[in-house]
Formats: sequence, C-alpha cells, structure tokens
Amino acid sequence: MTANVSASDRFAGSVKDAAIAGAIALGLFGPFIGLRTTADIGGLGINTRWGALAIAVGVVFLGRLLLNLFVWRTDNPITGMIARAMPKAPAGGKFGKVFGPLMLALAFLLPAITAYMFPQHNRYILDLAILVLTYVMLGWGLYIVVGLAGLLDLGYVAFYAVGAYSYALLAQYFGWSFWLCLPVAGILAAMWGVTLGFPVLRLRGDYLAIVTLAFGEIIRVVLLNWYNFTGGPNGISGIPRPSFFGLEFSRDENGFAAFFGLDYSAIHRIIFLYYLILILALITNLVTLRLRRLPIGRAWEALREDEIACRSLGINTRNTKLTAFAIGAMFGGFAGSFFATRQGFISPESFVFMESALILAIVVLGGLGSQLGVVIAAVVMIGGFELFRDLAEYRMLVFGLAMVLIMVWRPRGLISSRQPSVFLKERKAVGAELVGEGHG
Amino acid sequence: MSHWDENPVLSVEHLTMRFGGLVAIDDLSFSVGRGEITALIGPNGAGKTTVFNCITGFYKPTEGRITLHPHVDGGETFLLERMADHEIAREAHVARTFQNIRLFGGMTVLENLMVAQHNELMKASAWTIGGVLGISGFRSAEHEAMDRAKYWLDHIGLLDRADDPAADLPYGAQRRLEIARAMCTEPVLLCLDEPAAGLNPRESNQLNELLRYIRNEHGISILLIEHDMSVVMQISDHVVVLDYGCKISDGTAEEVRNDPSVIAAYLGVEDDEVEDVEAEVEGAAK
Repeated sequence: MTANVSASDRFAGSVKDAAIAGAIALGLFGPFIGLRTTADIGGLGINTRWGALAIAVGVVFLGRLLLNLFVWRTDNPITGMIARAMPKAPAGGKFGKVFGPLMLALAFLLPAITAYMFPQHNRYILDLAILVLTYVMLGWGLYIVVGLAGLLDLGYVAFYAVGAYSYALLAQYFGWSFWLCLPVAGILAAMWGVTLGFPVLRLRGDYLAIVTLAFGEIIRVVLLNWYNFTGGPNGISGIPRPSFFGLEFSRDENGFAAFFGLDYSAIHRIIFLYYLILILALITNLVTLRLRRLPIGRAWEALREDEIACRSLGINTRNTKLTAFAIGAMFGGFAGSFFATRQGFISPESFVFMESALILAIVVLGGLGSQLGVVIAAVVMIGGFELFRDLAEYRMLVFGLAMVLIMVWRPRGLISSRQPSVFLKERKAVGAELVGEGHG
Repeated sequence: MSHWDENPVLSVEHLTMRFGGLVAIDDLSFSVGRGEITALIGPNGAGKTTVFNCITGFYKPTEGRITLHPHVDGGETFLLERMADHEIAREAHVARTFQNIRLFGGMTVLENLMVAQHNELMKASAWTIGGVLGISGFRSAEHEAMDRAKYWLDHIGLLDRADDPAADLPYGAQRRLEIARAMCTEPVLLCLDEPAAGLNPRESNQLNELLRYIRNEHGISILLIEHDMSVVMQISDHVVVLDYGCKISDGTAEEVRNDPSVIAAYLGVEDDEVEDVEAEVEGAAK
C-alpha cells in the first residue's frame, strides 16, 4: 500500500519536475528558437517559429520526465540494468592471452581472407587495414610518451610530419631509397623529439600539453610557408614507392610480378605495403614491451607515478623524459616515412592538430594499461569512421557520442589494468584506480 | 667536543635558507655521527623538513656548506649544496623518505624496489641498448637486484606481498617499504622524514627494530625527523633540536630531555618564565 502511495507520489513529483524543466526551456528557447530576425525591406523583421519552439520544449519536458521515471526516481534505474548487461571489464591478462594472438593471426592472414571472401572489395579493405595499422603504430608510439611516461603530448603529429617530410625531401633532393630513409627519418624525428623535450622539461600537466600543441602547429606552419624547400601547400608529389629487395612493383620485366612469374596486379604492392606496416607496427610493440621490462621502462612508469620520489632515488628525470620523447618520436617518424611512401604525395594538410587528437584519443580510449587496448581503439575509431562515411556531417556526432559512451562505461580506457614488469611469484594485474595518470 | 663531531659522516655548517623575507633556517651547524642515529626534532614549523630538503638537494641553501664524508679514513668528500638532487642520491649515496609517503602506488612492491636500483641496472643494460639486445650481464645484474629487493622485503616482513601494488599496503607497511626502497639505493646516509608518523605502538616498535638493524648490521648512519618522542628517546644516539630555524639544543637524548630551553620551546613559555621552568625541571629531576 505504502509502496503504491510513494509510487504515485513519485510520479507526481516527476511530472512536476519535468514541468519546471519545460518552463525553463520555454524561457530560454523562446527568444533563441521562437524568434528569428529577417532582413526585410526597410528594416529588420521578426519571424516567429512557434512550432520549432514547441518541439524543443516538448523534447526537454519528455526527456526530463523519462529520466525521472526510469533513472533518477526509481528503485531500479535503467542505467543499472544496462551496466549489468554490459560485459565485465576485460581483465588484461587472460583476455590478452587469448585475444592478442587471435588478432595477430587475423592480421597476418587478412590479405588471404579478403582475397578469398571479398575479392571485389579486396583493395578497399586492405587500404583501410593499412590506415588502421598506421594509427595502431602511431598509437603504440605515443603510448610510450603518454601511457608509460605520463607526459601529455598534444603535438605528436609533428614527429609523424618530420618522418614523412624527411623521406620525401631526401628522396626528392638526393634520390635516397625508402629503405635508407626509414632509419634516417626515425633518427631525425627522435632528434626533434629531444629538441622539443629540452625546453618543455620543466613544464607539467596542462602547460606541457599547450606547448606540445604549439610545437605541432609550428612544424606544420613551417612546412606550409617554406615554399622553396617543402613546396608549401602544394606538398611533395611523386615520392618513390618502396621496393621489395630491389624489385619494383611495376609492370616491366624487372618488376616484382615478372621476377616471381606472376601476372602483374596493382594489388601486389598493396599487400606488400600491408605487411610492411604490419611488421613496422609489430617492431614498435615488441620494442615497447622489451623497454617496459628494462630499467628505463620502469623509470618511465615511476616518473608517471611520482617524479619527486624518482629524483630522491637518483634517477635523472630530465634524461628519462627526453628518452621517452625521443623514442616515441622515433616511431612516429617511422610511421611518417611509411605514410609518405604509401601515399606518394604529402602536404601539410595531412598533419593537422586533428591527427594528434585522434592518435591521443586512440591511446586514451584504448586504456593506458595495455598495447592491446590501442589496437581495439584504432580499429573502432578508424574503422568506425569509415563505416559511418554515409552519414556525412553527422559522422562527427556519432563519433563524439561513441567516445562519451566509452568514457562513461570505462573511464580509464578499454584495458586499463596494468601488468607489472617484474614479479616474484605470480603476475597480478594492478587495478586502474591505483595507477597514476601522470602530471606532465 | 662530542664524539659525533670527531668523524662525522655529514657536517652542516652555517646553513641558512631564506624564502624571500622568511628565514626558515638561520645559521644552523650540526654533525651527524658515523654509524649513529641522529634525530632532528623541534616544534611544528621549526624548519626540520627544510633542513632535509637542503641536504638532499631539493632546495638550494642560501648560505652555508653541507659536506658528506662517505669514508671513515678521509678520502673523497661531497659538497652537497652544489649538487643536483638526483646526483646526491646517485653519487653521494644519500637516500631519503618523505613525510607524506611517496611510493609508486600503481607499481608492485617489488617494482618499487627495482626502480630504486635504476642506476646500477642502467649501467648493466649498457644504457638500454644492451638490454634490448639481451646481453647476459644485464640478466645477472637483474638477478642481483631481485635478490637485494628480496633481502629487504624479508626484513620489513613484506616478502609475501611482493607482487601486490604498493598503494594496496596498509599505512605502516608503506612506511617500511619506503625505508626499504631507500635502502635499496645502498646509501651512506639515510634521511627519514617522520618515519613513525601515523604508526601504532606495535608498528612503532617494529620501526625501532628496523632502524637499529640498519645501523648495527649495515653500519648506515641515519638522520631522522621525528615527533614521536618514544622513538626519539629510545633509539637516537644524538638529538638536535630546532626552533624557528635555530639550533636550541644538541646532545644525547638524556641531555636534550633535560634542557630547559627545549622544554620552553615545546611548552611555549615566555622568555622571562624560562627560569621558573628550569627550576621546576630540576625539582622534578631530584
């Protein structure tokens, strides 16, 4: 009986609350939506749009009422049911043990699978996979800086640009081959990483983020305006394609297809590029995994947890930060030169802030605990972005909504528990709530 | 001349630290005896932690000299006021803990102790290059580091929690872990900032045992800031008392306990009442 009374009370309260919200919406939206100025002959006229206003107020009233009834003023909020229906947090260890190798196997077999199952979309799928893998590699590179060392870098795309332009310019001016330029681009990017690192070492948190953001923009603006050297907004075209141990992917008789006695097909080069970026990304991951188990990796993580304690233990925090910047930048540089050779054309437009934000979003959404999270996030973000191509301008809306939902569901990213680098008896994952986020 | 002045491991001479107009430490001189436990005590705001921060390089003193004599028979000395904080830890081997515990909370207990041995391991891994390639020298160095970590974990009673995150430990265990982490850097001088703060009497006793063990078995000199008088009186060989950045007393625990100016500083009496307090103390002593 009492339950019924309180239920009806609750309903009345909910309606009243929703009505208040509706009234406030009416007050606010009245001038915003209800009235519209138009340029009439001989002055300014006002049109009224009562229909649109009614819809806006109705949406607010109904939304508030529904939220009251099903989420805020009920014993069984619908959000709780959704949370229960959601899969439990993927536990880093076990999940990774099965899922990681599975994804790796899939990645290696992908060209065969697409050739067999979707022959007409083969090229499209492989191109998309190459794009995803490029972002996976960039994500893994940035993971060193943001995930391990806890330094928020908003200008990571600068190193990607340095790598791409290094290869493009060295090929253009000196005719160097891709395989020679790949390590050079990595080294140049690492040097830029150190160059950026030095002045910003004293900065922490937000300040560091702002300076790195500015650095990313400086690189882009220089590339844009140094017309004689970089070609400015026209970019650089005709960047040489990579060869397979000296064999070009061309139609002539010295080409790859002729050498192996195959019919020439443009897909050969795509498959080659796919395996190239796959191997580059895997090298990035293996080196990162290795570094995590070395003193330098532990020092990065210790730096993220507590910089002052690091200094009290004799760790040179300046050099430790610089190595994180340099190694992260180096992998960005590798990815950049791959990007240049794949596209055959680069311009400053490919290295805008949006790219930095996207890479950072991949790392953060993936979770700072594991490299596997970065892969999932890259597939979801880049793949999802492609999937919603038909939605045109609403794509960003869906994208933002998805990000908000993921962050509400798993605030520390998809896989956020951290695997210890060394153990005595058993490897126990460290819960995300204990792991520091870094302060700079 | 007291015995701690004869062959000190650390001598602080005319140390002055000013923050703008505020004089936090005013012409302070004292010695830390070799292989002894020296306590730095004083009321809140007396400048104890500032002294620590000057010794460990977190602050650059305005004036004065801080000299570390690591070897009994002279040899190399370090002028700490000229060195950066991480150099003091790495080269002069002065280790410290913090008043508000600064562990690497998201890392396991064992990892905390491994980070403390960073510099040795870096050398063994040939500054990471050898480590990436997997040279054998690094593996044996890592093994040694693990053994040292296990040794200290055994002594602080945390061996079976080695693989748990440091932030999950109870407060007292965190305090002990921070000391163990400092010990893993193989210090000459161990500086502890309020190691007994927040400990219950049993934990406080364990701490006394641990500090005695470090002094007796490893011959490490200890400088500690402490409010808990039971700790100070039981284990200190030498007590230095600060008030408003000045040294007001210096001696054995017994001497300091009966020093009227110390009592005055702690109880907060007016200068002209000091004599009355002195008389009272003397009366009580009889």
